[in-house]
Amino acid sequence: MLYNIFIDPFVQMVQMPDLLVQTLWEGLVSGVLYALIALGFVLIFKASGVFNFAQGIMVVFSALTLVGFYAKFSSWGFSGHAAAFLALLLAAGVMLVLAMLVERVVLRPLVNQPDIILFMATFGITYVLIGFGEIVFGGDPKQMIASELFLPGGSVDIEMLGGLVSLQKIDIAAAVIASLMIVGLALFFQKTRIGRALRAVADSHKAALSVGISLNQIWVIVWFAAGLVALVTGIMWGARSDVSFALEIVALKALPVLVLGGFTSVPGAIVGGLIIGVGEKLGEFYWGPLLGGGIESWLAYAIALVFLLYRPQGLFGDKIIERI
Amino acid sequence: MFYRETGQFKQSYAADSAVFPILQDRYGLAIILAIAFVAIPMFGSEFLLASVMIPFLILSLGAIGLNVLVGYTGLLSLGTAGFMGVGAYATYKLSTTFPQVNILVWILCSGFFSAGIGVLFGLPSLRIKGFYLAVATLAAQFFLQWCFVRVAWLYNYNPSGAIEVAGRTLFGIPITGPLATPVNRYYVVLGVVVVMTLIASNIVHGRIGRTWMAVRDMDIAAQLMGIRLLPAKLLAFAVSSFYCGVAGALMVFLWLSAAEPSAFDIKLSFLLLFMVIIGGLGSLIGSFMGAALIHILPIVIRALPESLGLPVAAATVEHLTYLIVGGLIIFFLIVEPHGLARLWQITKQKLRVWPFPY
Repeated sequence: MLYNIFIDPFVQMVQMPDLLVQTLWEGLVSGVLYALIALGFVLIFKASGVFNFAQGIMVVFSALTLVGFYAKFSSWGFSGHAAAFLALLLAAGVMLVLAMLVERVVLRPLVNQPDIILFMATFGITYVLIGFGEIVFGGDPKQMIASELFLPGGSVDIEMLGGLVSLQKIDIAAAVIASLMIVGLALFFQKTRIGRALRAVADSHKAALSVGISLNQIWVIVWFAAGLVALVTGIMWGARSDVSFALEIVALKALPVLVLGGFTSVPGAIVGGLIIGVGEKLGEFYWGPLLGGGIESWLAYAIALVFLLYRPQGLFGDKIIERI
Repeated sequence: MFYRETGQFKQSYAADSAVFPILQDRYGLAIILAIAFVAIPMFGSEFLLASVMIPFLILSLGAIGLNVLVGYTGLLSLGTAGFMGVGAYATYKLSTTFPQVNILVWILCSGFFSAGIGVLFGLPSLRIKGFYLAVATLAAQFFLQWCFVRVAWLYNYNPSGAIEVAGRTLFGIPITGPLATPVNRYYVVLGVVVVMTLIASNIVHGRIGRTWMAVRDMDIAAQLMGIRLLPAKLLAFAVSSFYCGVAGALMVFLWLSAAEPSAFDIKLSFLLLFMVIIGGLGSLIGSFMGAALIHILPIVIRALPESLGLPVAAATVEHLTYLIVGGLIIFFLIVEPHGLARLWQITKQKLRVWPFPY
């Protein structure tokens, strides 16, 4: 038994390095996608202190909007790359409208309420979006318009370490786009006027207000930014599988990523996503069979829990200072 | 005027510290109990009993359990459904292993198993706080649900993977299984819920409840005042899980009659959290109000188009229900963030001073 737990998996890793590399790669890729969802959470949490449960459904909703617009265009005989990018723009517009609505209808009346009330309000948003999305787009899974958006399909096989490692091209694209987006967000936060305002709001709402930063405007901007992140995540995730409401469950996978990285840290979301993604895949592949499989569903939480016991604020989170 | 305590003098310390010191409260409670025990079983239809009242009472019990943790102790938990599942599976194992013992005994005993598991998963709560703890309790939720699927011993190697309830009796009257009538099941559920609510009320109004509230308001300050945090928090987890476990056992044995592991998925946890928040954090009566609202609202919305004669497809009604429930949650949070229990308090105050404004 002990041999099976502590030695056998490592023997397997050494004996078949190509399988190990494949598993690691798959872990990294799903890690990138978790990190993208977590990024949306972090953006909103930093700027408004709201634990936005609706991020998962925003991913689904934005992807459905994109596919829905494209389907509408092609039914008018307008299809191809141009239509796809127009649909992309319109979907981004819908996310902007959503951000404004959320700010006006939900956040503004709930200013200064305890965190848990705002958390529950985002549940309300989740329900509304599920109901609205199902009525407008229908519940059946849809195909993501990947090739129309110039996203590559197929896979490349690399021969290494005495075996074949197969990489999906879409995964490579996802990793590249995710990195670009993270760099872009970092620049936006560090270099622009709005980015500075966002950081000010994240530090202290009251101080930001007192120097003339409009909280309402900032909230619209962060929710819109989170909506754009959701759109990109939706495209990437939708290109790997179908676009359907089942994606919603992925949002729950982003929670351990968040606690691992810390709620307020963008790099934390990335590193946490990669750790969870890799840990989950390795655990499932090498240790899962011992426990009867399917441990992916809770392993991520167990990993996060172990990290939390050592660092209660996550790896990169702000240090919790408690005063009386 | 209607709700005035003037002239009700207390002549002993015991009378002064009673759970219901005001006469009107005692009358009100007696009327509610009379309606619950006599009127509803007599005049209620089978549908009302089986699909509205029994689930409502069971969910209220679960909400009370969660309220002990979230509302009174301030520990956010998203693993409620997992703990309810522990209660259900413990009852199933115990009642199939020892079938001669009365089922009601096992339903109540299952709470202890659930409490044990709850304490185990409550251990990190000393170091982890707030939303971080919520995510940590999600580990319990997913791990326990995984156990219900994968550990075949828990469902007696049943090929279907579900637990089924055999017919059992109490004093010769069938209370579980296909032979039990909704009225019998309703009485059992009502009895358990009333007794356990009374116990919960005594716990939260006494020393233990005050300890919890001190921990909720600020745990470091509570510690400085001499409250030992670990026992207080673990006790909250134990009591909360006990209530949830009994609620889970009741849910499977007296409401659903058979359950698959998916009955205890994360959605149930969220539903209970809704009930607690909409009803009012730190309020027992709020737990009942929240359960009533969250459980009965979708039933009403589903029945509405049919009764109005509107031709709406069933799937659309389902989606509309989501839309409306979501909208109402936001609406309630904006209008009264302290929950329905707060509305009840305001009403009581209005009744006290009526017809004057204050």
